[in-house]
Amino acid sequence: MTGETTVRKAETIPIAESNDVVRVRQQVRVLALEVGFSLVDQTKVVTAASELGRNTLEHGHGGHAEISIIDNGVKRGIKMSFRDNGPGIADIALAMTDGYTSGKGMGLGLSGSKRLMNEFELTSEVGVGTTVTVARWK
Amino acid sequence: MERIPILRIGTFLLVTIQVDMHDQLALTLQEDLTSMIARVSAGGVLIDISSLEIVDSFIGRTLANIASMARVLDATTVVVGMQPAVAITLVELGMSLPGIRTALNVESGMQYLRDTLADREDEDDWRDYSPQG
Ligand SMILES: Nc1ncnc2c1ncn2[C@@H]1O[C@H](COP(=O)(O)OP(=O)(O)O)[C@@H](O)[C@H]1O
Ligand SMILES: [Mg+2]
Repeated sequence: MTGETTVRKAETIPIAESNDVVRVRQQVRVLALEVGFSLVDQTKVVTAASELGRNTLEHGHGGHAEISIIDNGVKRGIKMSFRDNGPGIADIALAMTDGYTSGKGMGLGLSGSKRLMNEFELTSEVGVGTTVTVARWK
Repeated sequence: MERIPILRIGTFLLVTIQVDMHDQLALTLQEDLTSMIARVSAGGVLIDISSLEIVDSFIGRTLANIASMARVLDATTVVVGMQPAVAITLVELGMSLPGIRTALNVESGMQYLRDTLADREDEDDWRDYSPQG
């Protein structure tokens, strides 16, 4: 997300059913191992992927995940973008609140993923869709 | 349909989660366990999650739901084997797993279930011998 960051390896995974979220988790694990993350950091990144992938499926009515290894010349990391053309989020601050859910969830996916990652960016437009991009550096 | 097997040992039900569960599979497990607790009048449920590489908010909620439904059906639930990395991540995610008993491994989890059951039987005995009969 910084100017000089280069993408080393990228992969796009469609998210249309709950098994696709499992596939996203597994592919993120592969990249996290390749970056050389500790077990705890791998677990954090995979958990964030699971939360955001589920949001793409459940709230965004499907979309895709783009996951990549990034390199800023000094260190490497993982970047993940989750995009959908769903209903969008009217009140982003509310959606980011711990425990807020418009459905039957725990309301921890967005706020929790932000804690688990180093960088977090959410853009959304009502009626157009939502993109959440997160990154974690090693 | 894909299902996670439930093992019955005496009055206890044992589940070992060995797959990377998608959400529907977790919901099926919740339903299967709840109906089985009722059907066999189980006194305890042990869920081994030592193979689980992550517990996110959905799986966490499913475990909490199982424990609270079991409680309504008069059964105790213990979740065993959570990996340290999983526990650390769960806390940072913001999940506290309220009302869930945890134990380090299957042995200590079984011991906990046996102890709870024994305590309950003691209470029942006391009731039997009380003046009201
Ligand atoms: N991709 C998305 N599209 C539309 N709304 C979303 C999306 N992601 C999150 N939201 C909204 O933000 C809320 C909070 O999300 P989250 O923290 O993951 O909690 P939960 O998924 O448990 O409801 C959701 O209930 C939903 O209203
Ligand atoms: Mg969510």
